[in-house]
Amino acid sequence: MTHTSVSSTARVLGAGLRALLVLTLVCGVLYPLAVTGIAQTLFRDRANGSEITDSGGRVVGSSLIGQRYDLPLKKGEETPAPDLRWFQPRPSNGLGTNSVNTQYELILSGATNRSGDNEELIGWVKAAKAAVVKDNSTATHTVLPADVPPDAVTSSGSGLDPHISPAYAELQVHRVAERNGLDVRKVEHLVETHTTDRLLGFLGEPRVNVLELNTALRDLGRA
Amino acid sequence: MSPQLAGVLQLTALIAALALSYRPLGDYMARVYSSEKHYRPEKWIYRVIGANPAAEMRWPAYLRGVLAFSAVSVLLLYLMQRVQGSLPGSLGFSSIDPDQAFNTAASFVANTNWQSYYGEQAMGHVVQTGGLAVQNFLSAAVGMAVAVALVRGFARSRTGELGNFWADLVRGTVRVLLPIAFLGAIVLVACGAIQNFSGIHSVGQFTGGTQEWNGGAVASQEAIKELGTNGGGYFNANSAHPFENPNPLSNLFEIFLILLIPFALTRTFGRMVGSLKQGYAILGAMAVIWLGFSALMMWTEFAHRGPAFEIAGGAMEGKETRFGIAGSSLFAVATTLTSTGAVNSFHSSYTGFGGGITLLGMQLGEIAPGGVGSGLYGMLIMAVIAVFIAGLMVGRTPEYLGKKIGTRQIQLAACYILVTPALVLGFTAVAMALPTPADSMTNSGAHGFSEILYAYTSAANNNGSAFAGLNADTQWFNTTLGIAMLLGRFLPMVFVLALAGSLAEQRPVPETAGTLRTDKPLYAGLLVGTILIITGLTYFPALALGPLAEGLAS
Repeated sequence: MTHTSVSSTARVLGAGLRALLVLTLVCGVLYPLAVTGIAQTLFRDRANGSEITDSGGRVVGSSLIGQRYDLPLKKGEETPAPDLRWFQPRPSNGLGTNSVNTQYELILSGATNRSGDNEELIGWVKAAKAAVVKDNSTATHTVLPADVPPDAVTSSGSGLDPHISPAYAELQVHRVAERNGLDVRKVEHLVETHTTDRLLGFLGEPRVNVLELNTALRDLGRA
Repeated sequence: MSPQLAGVLQLTALIAALALSYRPLGDYMARVYSSEKHYRPEKWIYRVIGANPAAEMRWPAYLRGVLAFSAVSVLLLYLMQRVQGSLPGSLGFSSIDPDQAFNTAASFVANTNWQSYYGEQAMGHVVQTGGLAVQNFLSAAVGMAVAVALVRGFARSRTGELGNFWADLVRGTVRVLLPIAFLGAIVLVACGAIQNFSGIHSVGQFTGGTQEWNGGAVASQEAIKELGTNGGGYFNANSAHPFENPNPLSNLFEIFLILLIPFALTRTFGRMVGSLKQGYAILGAMAVIWLGFSALMMWTEFAHRGPAFEIAGGAMEGKETRFGIAGSSLFAVATTLTSTGAVNSFHSSYTGFGGGITLLGMQLGEIAPGGVGSGLYGMLIMAVIAVFIAGLMVGRTPEYLGKKIGTRQIQLAACYILVTPALVLGFTAVAMALPTPADSMTNSGAHGFSEILYAYTSAANNNGSAFAGLNADTQWFNTTLGIAMLLGRFLPMVFVLALAGSLAEQRPVPETAGTLRTDKPLYAGLLVGTILIITGLTYFPALALGPLAEGLAS
């Protein structure tokens, strides 16, 4: 009796192992190779990360992945100061504190995971709001705390959000124009042409791709 | 257009897409699991396995197949991770430690996909594509097989035979999951999800310097991750990562993939038991809960109660600009009402009530519409309980689908619904009582408690999402969560298959004027009520300590 049950258990385990191996071949080798073959043939750019190049042909990153636009790190600074000539992405000051994200350095993605009543998060949001108001107020243009949209003071789920809201982009126009010596209306126009509306009018949210916008801005300055 | 209206339209589009696919897919799956025909590649596979696909199994044999296959799956996946450092194509990552390798192997085989590792920092191409993604297919196919066995238990009489596990496993994989995942993966690549086998490489940046990019077979894994209600992300940020979920269209498509099979299986069920209306009643109960939860989630997230969100002017912490509040809320509800656990936004940073909705969604047992297969069998167990309660009210022996629900059936159903609450509440209580597990919390107070409650809820219900502030890569959490995932997956399957066997042996009871009509809206309503009352009674005290306390304080 014991002997039969042992041998029947061994038999069904053997069948399980053979099933696993053959299905691994199908689902773990043939399937991903087939998808990769089609992807690399039909959608080569997208399958490889949607790289974008500037007018000089230099790769500047991916249209899907956010970046930081900072000044070189000065002595005594822990984090570099933002380079206010460029449109700034969503904040990342809270990311990295739980070892889960590296502040737009792509190697590790993730969120702060702080709750709405978390003291640290409240502190980061307040600090981000104050910084947005201060950085974006120019001699001729004052930004009020009430003008600051939520995405400007919170970090994203991936920590790599390539977008900001049109409201946050518009809020930065005066500062960017001043720092680059450009006409405000020209920069405003640039933001408008780089605003993506909801797909089909209802899918997703209106947004501005920061890298594409800054690339166009740099081209505008060079022209 | 207001974001709220856009959200309602996204939900409407989702309903339309699901409605259009419901009938063809549900009928197709009924044919797949009823057909006598074997395709040539399937015959080759059966020959390798050494199984006769036409041989009928009684429930103990069927269960042995499920358990043996899952056991070798855990073992192989464990070994692959343990030797990763010596495998080619591993991107230079070292082997995974024993406790984490056990946790991950248990997690993917149990259709949970809880991840205590950081995808892009731990797992190379071979383990991701040849191990983890394979279990995304196979654990889903096992779930569907068990569900189909239960349906056969209702549909058959005086036999005790439930079909052939190997045939159900292979057909679910080859005829259902593979073709849909293949098309889905192509759609995701077209949206911008990556699909390549590059190593970690540098790409130039705007202000100079470089970023480090991981390559990977991401789209192919993403498609089956959603379709099989698995949820394990290629990257740590899961479906919030732009390479996994690049734009609003891919976002809605991924939500669609999550819900596609679980809803359509109610049609398969109706078809196989010979009454489509019975399937509609189950579908109705699922849809009511899903729609209700979606509406509640959008309401609370748009209302953004909570100090940090009120200062920010919106609950955008942990959410992506391209999805916004609506696209994130719809995803969060779909992923926690199924056994998916993929996230496109981080549930820990939802409002207090929003986090509570994700928790409650899992605690319902993930049956609205639930995991692939597990949603249907979980809901049918609740249907049996609902019939029993109705029978008590009128003093008649309950029947469901022409089968008597006697002592043995109720015992099995009761055991089923006790397993996960016992695991969730038991492990949470022990973790809170011990001194060290609480060190893993990121947040304190009510939210810290929710992090641990969420972890065990997610594991025992095979969801896999997290209040990810919790540092779960400790020996305690890797081990206990691994155990919770395995018991939460396979113990209920034992009861389901035993129930299926006992039903298939019965002779049908003729329907009389006194029989409760289980194909009517009234019954669907009773079913929803039963689910909410049972879950509420079970979890209310725990929820009161966590998300309710947090939500009411803000």
